[in-house]
Amino acid sequence: MTAVSIERGIEALRQQVDASVASYMSSCIHCGLCAQACLFYTETGDPKYTPQRKLEPLYRVWKNDFTLLGRLASMVGMGCKVTDEFLHEWEELMYDSCTLCGRCTMACPVGIDITAMVRKTREGMVASGHVPEGLIGAATRAVEGGGPMGDLLPALKAVIRRSEAATGIPVELDKEGAEYMVILSAQETVGFPEIVEAYSKIFKQAGVTWTISTETFEGTNVGIQIGSRDIARQLVQNVVDAAEKLKVKAVIAPECGHAYTALRWEGPNLIGRTYEFGVVHITELVDQLIKEGRIKFKGKNKNRITYHDPCQTNRRGGMLEQPRAILAEISENLVEMEDAGIWNWCCGGGGGVGANERAEELRTTVFLRKKRQLDGVKPDELVTSCANCRNIIEEALDHYEMDLPVLGLTEMVAEYMETDETEEPAADKAAEGEDQ
Amino acid sequence: MANKPILKEVLRDRGVSRRGFMRYCATLTSLMALPAAMAPRVAQALEGAPRPSVIWLSFQECTGCTESITRSSAPTLEDLIFNAVSLDYHHTLQAASGHAAEAAREAAMKAQDGKYLLIVDGSIPLGNPGFSTIAGISNEDMLRDAAKGAAAVIAVGTCAAYGGLPMADPNPTGAVPVSHIVTDKPVVNIPGCPPIAAVMTGVLAHFLTFQKLPDLDEAGRPVVFYGDTIHDRCYRRPFYNQGLFAEGFDDEGARKGWCLFKVGCKGPVTRNACATIKWNGGVSFPIQSGHGCIGCSQPDFWDAGSLYTAVASPTADITPVAGIAAAAGIGAGVAVAALNLQAKKKAAAESTPVTVQELGGKQ
Amino acid sequence: MTEPGMDLLMWARGTGFQIAIGVFLFGVALRLVEIFALGRKADVAPAKGDAVSGGFRTIFSRFVPAPGFAALLPVQVIGGTLFHFGLLFIVFFFIPHIAVIKDTFGLSWPGISSAVINALTVVTFAILVVLLVVRLRHPVRRYLSDFQDYLIWVLTVLPLVTGYMAFNAVGPYIPMLATHVLSAELLIALIPFTRLTHAFTWVSSRYYNGAFAGRKGTSS
Repeated sequence: MTAVSIERGIEALRQQVDASVASYMSSCIHCGLCAQACLFYTETGDPKYTPQRKLEPLYRVWKNDFTLLGRLASMVGMGCKVTDEFLHEWEELMYDSCTLCGRCTMACPVGIDITAMVRKTREGMVASGHVPEGLIGAATRAVEGGGPMGDLLPALKAVIRRSEAATGIPVELDKEGAEYMVILSAQETVGFPEIVEAYSKIFKQAGVTWTISTETFEGTNVGIQIGSRDIARQLVQNVVDAAEKLKVKAVIAPECGHAYTALRWEGPNLIGRTYEFGVVHITELVDQLIKEGRIKFKGKNKNRITYHDPCQTNRRGGMLEQPRAILAEISENLVEMEDAGIWNWCCGGGGGVGANERAEELRTTVFLRKKRQLDGVKPDELVTSCANCRNIIEEALDHYEMDLPVLGLTEMVAEYMETDETEEPAADKAAEGEDQ
Repeated sequence: MANKPILKEVLRDRGVSRRGFMRYCATLTSLMALPAAMAPRVAQALEGAPRPSVIWLSFQECTGCTESITRSSAPTLEDLIFNAVSLDYHHTLQAASGHAAEAAREAAMKAQDGKYLLIVDGSIPLGNPGFSTIAGISNEDMLRDAAKGAAAVIAVGTCAAYGGLPMADPNPTGAVPVSHIVTDKPVVNIPGCPPIAAVMTGVLAHFLTFQKLPDLDEAGRPVVFYGDTIHDRCYRRPFYNQGLFAEGFDDEGARKGWCLFKVGCKGPVTRNACATIKWNGGVSFPIQSGHGCIGCSQPDFWDAGSLYTAVASPTADITPVAGIAAAAGIGAGVAVAALNLQAKKKAAAESTPVTVQELGGKQ
Repeated sequence: MTEPGMDLLMWARGTGFQIAIGVFLFGVALRLVEIFALGRKADVAPAKGDAVSGGFRTIFSRFVPAPGFAALLPVQVIGGTLFHFGLLFIVFFFIPHIAVIKDTFGLSWPGISSAVINALTVVTFAILVVLLVVRLRHPVRRYLSDFQDYLIWVLTVLPLVTGYMAFNAVGPYIPMLATHVLSAELLIALIPFTRLTHAFTWVSSRYYNGAFAGRKGTSS
């Protein structure tokens, strides 16, 4: 087969059915609590955005092909069908109005992991070709050009040059044997290039060796976003190849929502083996370096700051304490918004929604949830640890004419970090190393 | 039997005072749930009415009904009744026997044709007429013959009313109740194994007083005695309502007189007057003595499950069904699981990785 | 001649019970094997936390509603919780029911005062009626609900109502008791073939959810 089709879509869904899917599908009693957890419902009031409803394609395939009753019903022509028309109708529910934020998974009284099943259902959408144009474009650019915004190597090189000039710290590319290989999200490279400066300063101070591979430096995995394990596998393989070639100890996942998930959790299952390197999120690493005493601080941010939990790294990834431990070191006046922590509300742009132009209006509408949280604490600054969240939030704040600077956590760390007095050339740095 | 004295004369001869008789009629009146003002009418009927002929046929029975009606601590009660009627045929109580007895029966039936009361106890075997005969006549033939000229037919005891013990599974004699055979006129059923004496006499007294049968329910029982269940009138009902039950026959609950539901009392599904009129002149009744009601006045009570399992509990052991069902379910599940895994394998084998080119081409 | 309702009651106690239990056990065995035989692919990624303890923790933690939900949807959350407990107590702690279980399975345990159960039945029924109204009126629930949701409601309410009527002698007792037993048998038989399988799969679903999170070192 060389074209996407409904048959391939159904086949893809069949492959996704397992015991957990069957258990979940047998448990839903239509209570509707999941809708209350989802900002796409709470901010629009439209029940069609009820998370459980999104699973209908997977539900039908499970019911029809994997249960005795369903099989019997099909035999007498009463089976539930999955058709192109049906999936076309469902595209909006699968992509425009779901960021895989995971709140519904937490809210379900019987414990259905709706998020995981949206992820599975997207496999069927992809194989049958029912994916928003914006995401197809991003995926194509990622596979063919190395990232969702195409080939960013020239841009990256420019960013590195600027960073080296600003910090005086060289960035070593393709360095075999470095402790860490850094991958960045395209959003960072293009939108928040200061991150490279921050990395340079922090790693120098902490005595960490690191490198960036010119073969693969992209953390974003569009395959995960659109829900195609085939495409996701390709992108993960690129990172794995680069990291294993450079024999690094670990790869640092960037301040990006799902990049960590893609590499740390889905990756080994996609390529069918464990890596020869570890995977660590930059926030995790920074927190660890602080606890080891390798990073100290020289002051604190005095502004009234609040922290936005990126869904994938915090709720779905477990990194709730590390950002707050870090902020305790560098912020005097951290106020938590309502529902902060594991129940924090999504910015509205993850899971592929940000790359989907068709969903822009909806995304802007549902940002009202985050806006209400912010209005509740009236912060001077907002800090977060995901570049996509930063971008989405900045766009939305602009739309709502809110004057609120959005900071990146790692950049903040670099800003308040205690460093050696002057920017010395690398040769002398070694001699002073013991003073630290 | 000619020259039957009327009751007034009988009482006088026996030395029963007028007051004693009126007291008896008042008791009968209240037994029949009639207003107290009716008592004089009952007395008038009983003392002045001519004594109708009563033919009592006994078929497949144990004579318990007769024992009940004659056994009482106040002999004059039932005794009086038997002096208000002319009992022209009764196996246990008659003096005659053999051909003389049968001749007396036939004579009474002929002389009182259309006016005699036919009382029947015991069930009738249809399996083989030879299973139960009287003077060579099958029960069925005798019943059909006697019913023809009867003013009213009263089936006394659960056997006559509903088939009783002989009809219990597997019913080897093909036993049937009276109402199965007598279909052209009303049959009053006075069930019980045996029935309460006062219930039997109360029905007779009603007939004698009003020359008609009392109101009957759909099962042919006098509503006045069988309208309530034992459960409805049981003095242990408050314990049921609270949930205080005896677990056995000698535990704390039993000693405290708690409800006997858990040891199989069929009170909730049994219609009779035991809880109010009681037995042996009102001394007690099974529940009061600590044993659950066995439902002896109900049709098919012998086949209604164990006497000692609760009234809604299953009547059969479900272990075989459970075992087979679970095994079948597992088998079906395994079969479906095999098909499922096959479907997944097929889907995996037939699928090819999706590429961005394919995705892009679809646009 | 027969006692009205007695034939029905005897059938319900005999064949009816066999059918209900047979169908129920067949269905439950089928559904459980059908679900769990599908298995899950082993997770190759190195674990950060413990899946098993995460799974078990979630089995119990989900009894507590999500924060704020009880205030947002008080009727659904509180009512939903209460009627489950109500049914649990009524079915398993009403002594005549314990008697049936003892006579069938040999298991017995102390019960609750029948007067309390009687009052609880009224409360549970009232809650169920309110929940039905919510299902008909709340936009999300109405949108999600299908024929099966309403069928299950009827199946659940029938034994409750007929049981109450029988115990309190509302209507003719023997037919009411027979109807009660039959409606309970119908409910039991249909559990594995409807959404009511959640009575079993709530455990595995919560477990899978918690295990997936626990493995990643997060909680769910």
